[in-house]
Amino acid sequence: MWNYSEKVQEHFFNPRNSGVLDDANGVGEVGSISCGDALKLFLKIDPANDTITEARFQTFGCGSAIASSSALTEIIIGKTIDQALSVTNQDIADYLDGLPPEKMHCSVMGAEALRAAIANYRGEVWTDDDHEEGALICKCFGVDAGMIERAVRVNKLNSIEQITNYTKAGGACKTCHEKIEEVLGQVLTAMAAEGAIDTIPAPSCPVAPSAPVHKPMTNLQKIQLITTAIEELRPTLQRDGGDIELVDIDGDTVMVNLRGSCVGCQMSSITLSGVQERLMMVLGKPVRVIPAQAA
Amino acid sequence: MMTVSASPRTVYLDNNATTACAPDVVAEMLPFFTEQFGNPSSIHAIGASVAPAIRTARERLQNLLGVAHESEIVYTSGGTESDTTAIISALRAYPERREIITSAVEHHAVLTVCEHLARHEGYKLHVIPVDGQGRLDLKAYENALSENVAVVSIMWANNETGTIFPIEHLAQMAKPYGILFHTDAVQAVGKVPFRLSNSAIDMLSLSAHKIHGPKGVGALYLKRGVKFRPLFRGGHQERGRRAGTENTAGIVGLGKAAELAQAGFRDENIRVRSLRDRLERELMALIPNTIVTGDVEQRLPNTTTIAFEFVEGEAILLMLSRAGIAASSGSACTSGSLEPSHVMRAMNIPFTAAHGATRFSLSRDNTEEDVDRVIAVLPGIIERLRAMSPYWSSSARAPAEFQPAYS
Repeated sequence: MWNYSEKVQEHFFNPRNSGVLDDANGVGEVGSISCGDALKLFLKIDPANDTITEARFQTFGCGSAIASSSALTEIIIGKTIDQALSVTNQDIADYLDGLPPEKMHCSVMGAEALRAAIANYRGEVWTDDDHEEGALICKCFGVDAGMIERAVRVNKLNSIEQITNYTKAGGACKTCHEKIEEVLGQVLTAMAAEGAIDTIPAPSCPVAPSAPVHKPMTNLQKIQLITTAIEELRPTLQRDGGDIELVDIDGDTVMVNLRGSCVGCQMSSITLSGVQERLMMVLGKPVRVIPAQAA
Repeated sequence: MMTVSASPRTVYLDNNATTACAPDVVAEMLPFFTEQFGNPSSIHAIGASVAPAIRTARERLQNLLGVAHESEIVYTSGGTESDTTAIISALRAYPERREIITSAVEHHAVLTVCEHLARHEGYKLHVIPVDGQGRLDLKAYENALSENVAVVSIMWANNETGTIFPIEHLAQMAKPYGILFHTDAVQAVGKVPFRLSNSAIDMLSLSAHKIHGPKGVGALYLKRGVKFRPLFRGGHQERGRRAGTENTAGIVGLGKAAELAQAGFRDENIRVRSLRDRLERELMALIPNTIVTGDVEQRLPNTTTIAFEFVEGEAILLMLSRAGIAASSGSACTSGSLEPSHVMRAMNIPFTAAHGATRFSLSRDNTEEDVDRVIAVLPGIIERLRAMSPYWSSSARAPAEFQPAYS
C-alpha cells in the first residue's frame, strides 16, 4: 500500500468542498476515465475583484486524486485568479505533506484543472500540455519514459550517464538503470528507423563510478567555508571580551590568532579545540587548528 | 478489572495475495530455527536429523498433488522462482525450438519473463487471448502449437478473476508436438483436485504462502524424464536440480501447509464457496451498475472480482481498509501504472468498470460474519464515492441502461 501522509488520508476520508457547484462561472475538466483519473473543478469567481469565493470538485480517482482535489479547493478559495494561477502542483503536494512519486500526477491534475477552470471563466480555451507520458522510470526524481524519450531525441543522447545529466533519471539509487537502458534502446532504434540518426550506437555500458562521488573541494571553497565559520564564531568570543582572527591555511592546518581576553586565558586551548571541532563539521574532514604564533 | 472490548478483527479477504500462516504450520517450523538447525547435507547427527523432516514434507506435497515419485518435487523459493526455472529450463533443454506460448492473463512472474525473452533473446512469443469472460481462445492456442515451440506456460487458475483454464486438455494438445507443458498453479493448489501422476503436465509451480504456509518457499513439480536444466548450479541439493542449502524451516512449513490444504479441500469447495457466492449475490443485489468479471462457471471457489462502475478501485480499498476489511484491486492506481490490470484489459472490461474492479478472495479462515461485514459497509462506500464521481452524476441517472460490453 502507498505510504500516504496523515494529511492525504485525512483529505481523502473527509474531502473538503466535494460536489457540484450549480452557479459556478468557471468549470475545468481534466483527465479521462481511460487513464483512471478525472477531475471536474467548479469555481465561483466574483467578477468585481476576480476573487475565488467558492470552489468544489468531483473526482474519479484514487485516494491521492481525491485528496489533491480537496487540497486544491482549500488552497484557492479566497485567492484572486492571478494568485491562484501561481499555485503549482508542488504546492498541492506540499499542502498534503507530500505524495508518493507515482502519485505526483494527481497533483498535476489538480493544477491543470485549476488552469482549465480559470480559462473557462475568462472565455478562453485551455489545452492540455501533455504532462503524463508513459511509465514512471526513475522513482527518486519522478522521471517518466516520455521525459527520457524527449531528452534522448532532442539531445541525441546515447548513454545512461548522459540521460542522468539531462533529466536526473537514474542519478540517485541507480536501481532503474536497466529500465533506462531499455527506453534508450527503444528510442534509438526508433530514431534509426526514422532516419534521425545514421546508426544505433553500441549500448555504452555504464562505467563504474570513478572514485570520489563528490568532487573534492577546491582551495577557494575551503577558504570560504573556514572564513565564514570563523566569522560566525566571533560574536560568541566577543561577548567574553575576546576575539579570533584567521591568519593562514596550510593544507589541513588552520592558523589563528586569539585576541583580547583570550590572550593568556587558561581556557584558550579549549577555545581552540572548539573552533577545530566546528571547522571539521563544516568541512566534513579532519583539520588542525593551532595558534599562529606557534606555527 | 475492567475489560476493554477488542476492536472487531480485520476481515481478511485478500487470500489470493497471501494467506495467514496457519498456527500448526508455525508450530512445526519453529524447532528448525532453533535446536534442529542442522544442514541436511551434513554427515553428523545434527544435520542428519533434519533430513527426515524434509522427506516428510515431500511426501505430504506428493499426496496433495497426486505425484508418483518423490524425486519429481524440487523445492524452490516460491512461485516466481518455479516459473522462471521451468521456462528457462525448457528453452535451454531444447535450444533449436525458438517459440514460447503463454496467455494474455498470466501472472507477471510468467508474462514478464516471456516478454523479456522475446524482446532480448529473440524468441517468438504467442500470447493467447481470452474472451470477455476470461476464457482462453482454444482456436488461437491450437494454431500456435508447432514443433518450433519449446514450452507452453499457462496458468491453472487466474489470480484476479479465479477463472480456471482446461489445463489437462491444453497439456494433451501440446503433447503431439513434443512441447514441454508448464502450468503456474499457485492459485489452484488446495482448491482444485490434482492427480499429476496421470497427467500430461510436465511442470507445475506452487507457492507455500498461498496455502497458509510461510513466504519464501515453494516447489516445482518436474515429471520424471522431462529434460531439465537447473537455474542454480553449485550444489547437489534437490538431486542437483536446485543448488543452495535447503530452507529447512520453510520446507517443513510447506509440507504442513500441504497436509492442511488436503484436509481442508472439502471445506474450501463447499463452505468457502457458499460464502463467496452469498457475498457476490448480495453485493450485486444491493449495488447497481456492477459486473462480476471472469468465467463464473469455471472459477476457483474462493474468488470473486466485482467491477463497480464509475468509481476507482484504490479509493474503494482505502475506505474498506478503514472499515477493517482487506481486499484487493485490479485498478491502475494500486500498481502505480496508469492502466487497469492486464487481466481486465485482456477481457475487454470497459474502462468505466475496470478501474473499479475489486477482488475478494476468501479462505478457510473466513466466516459468515466476515461476509456480513462487507455487505453492511460496501454499498455505502460505493454510494459515497459515486456521489463524488463526475461520471456517475452525468450518466447513472439511468442505471437501467447500463450494458456491459460483453454480456
